[in-house]
Amino acid sequence: MFGPLVVKPGSSRKNKTGSWRTELTPKFLKKNCTGCKLCMSVCPEGCIIEGSEKNQLACDYEYCKGCGACAVVCPKGDIIMVKESKEEAK
Amino acid sequence: MKHFLEGSFAVAEIVKLCKPGVISAYPITPQTHIVEELAQMVADGELDSQFVNVESEHSAASVVLGAVATGVRAYTATSSQGLLYMGEVLFNIAGLRLPVILTCANRAVSAPINIWNDHQDSVSMRDTGWIQLFAEDNQEVVDLHLMAYKLGEDKSMMLPVMVCMDGFILTHGIETVDIPTQEQVDKFLPPYSPLYKLDPANPLTLGPLVDPDAYMETRYAIQETLKDALKLIPQITADFAKIFGRHYNGLIEEYKLKDAERVIVAMGSVCGTIKDVVDELRAKGKKVGLLKITSYRPFPEQEIYEALKNVSKVGVLDRALSLGSYAPLAGEMKAVFFGKKKKPQIISSFVAGLGGRDITKNSIKEIFRLLTTKEKACEFIDLKPELLKEKYE
Repeated sequence: MFGPLVVKPGSSRKNKTGSWRTELTPKFLKKNCTGCKLCMSVCPEGCIIEGSEKNQLACDYEYCKGCGACAVVCPKGDIIMVKESKEEAK
Repeated sequence: MKHFLEGSFAVAEIVKLCKPGVISAYPITPQTHIVEELAQMVADGELDSQFVNVESEHSAASVVLGAVATGVRAYTATSSQGLLYMGEVLFNIAGLRLPVILTCANRAVSAPINIWNDHQDSVSMRDTGWIQLFAEDNQEVVDLHLMAYKLGEDKSMMLPVMVCMDGFILTHGIETVDIPTQEQVDKFLPPYSPLYKLDPANPLTLGPLVDPDAYMETRYAIQETLKDALKLIPQITADFAKIFGRHYNGLIEEYKLKDAERVIVAMGSVCGTIKDVVDELRAKGKKVGLLKITSYRPFPEQEIYEALKNVSKVGVLDRALSLGSYAPLAGEMKAVFFGKKKKPQIISSFVAGLGGRDITKNSIKEIFRLLTTKEKACEFIDLKPELLKEKYE
């Protein structure tokens, strides 16, 4: 008899770790975004979905941990952190 | 073929015949001769194996862990402090289900430093998930190594096995030992075939973080597998007997138990001494016997129950302590019979032979003498009370 001991490649994608998120969730307002992608460059989870034009960047909530780095770095204040329950971004 | 050999060299010979691809060890008395001899065999080209020199036992255990994880048969040996220093890795080896085979040359544990035999080292590692087999003599040492590989590498097991041999008494004792031929060994022991392995062509992670959702199941799996080992061990000893002609139970050995009224339970080389005393006392009409425990982990509870349920007085001889509680084997023997209808009238606990103090025939006779209706708890045999008068004020 064996328990789960071996993991095949791709587990980071398979495991939907967004369930670990803090109570705060980034909300992408998509109003003043310039498409500078600073949020993408600082996201430690690599879970900002790329858009080719401004106001198209988005967050993949299946993996986002709610660290808030994207909201802090956004030069236009176009990403805000909201309480999960009030969050409408999804 | 029969050889007149030191126990350590006999171990090296049988390990050579099992063809481990990787050997790693750090020298420690009284294990040293085993790995010195294996290193010589590798250097002489007799054994096609990679001998990895390391700076510690922790590293030696880590090397064999890594070797088996890549799908290679591996071997290590240690003793006493060395086994304790491996401790963390021993848990990992069993937890990752890697069938490493390790010889423990049983020795006392510091402090005070003592290089002589008792069982404290391997008994202290009883909860690691390793199978622990205790040998009585050097023929059994040799045979247990061969069976250890077969057992540990069985696809239903994939667990490490520690073969425990008494330091000096067996490692440095010279006996006639039948060493099998390569053909016989190959017939008995197929090449190691892992269930999974670290391989760049087929990448996988072995031993990732397992969170509260799944950790319990990995532990449960080992617990259940060790129960299965109690069924597999007798099958392996039966297969062994067919090829090599030597018969073992593999779990326990009953010596003159049939009508016995007083029985000693013990592990390791002292069982030979006890058998001699049993023979002498039987010649005088005393109904005495021995129950030898070969498999300490898994603990053969049912077999022990069947063997001793009609014996009235049982004395458990421990060569190790669980300081502040029952002697380790004695506590488990009591657990076997708790709540049972048929059980010994008394299960007395005796501690002897710590740090290499000889357990003589007289020591064994003393234990039989003390096996009366009055139950003894952790009674030290051959203790010298005059040494307990030190004053350090």
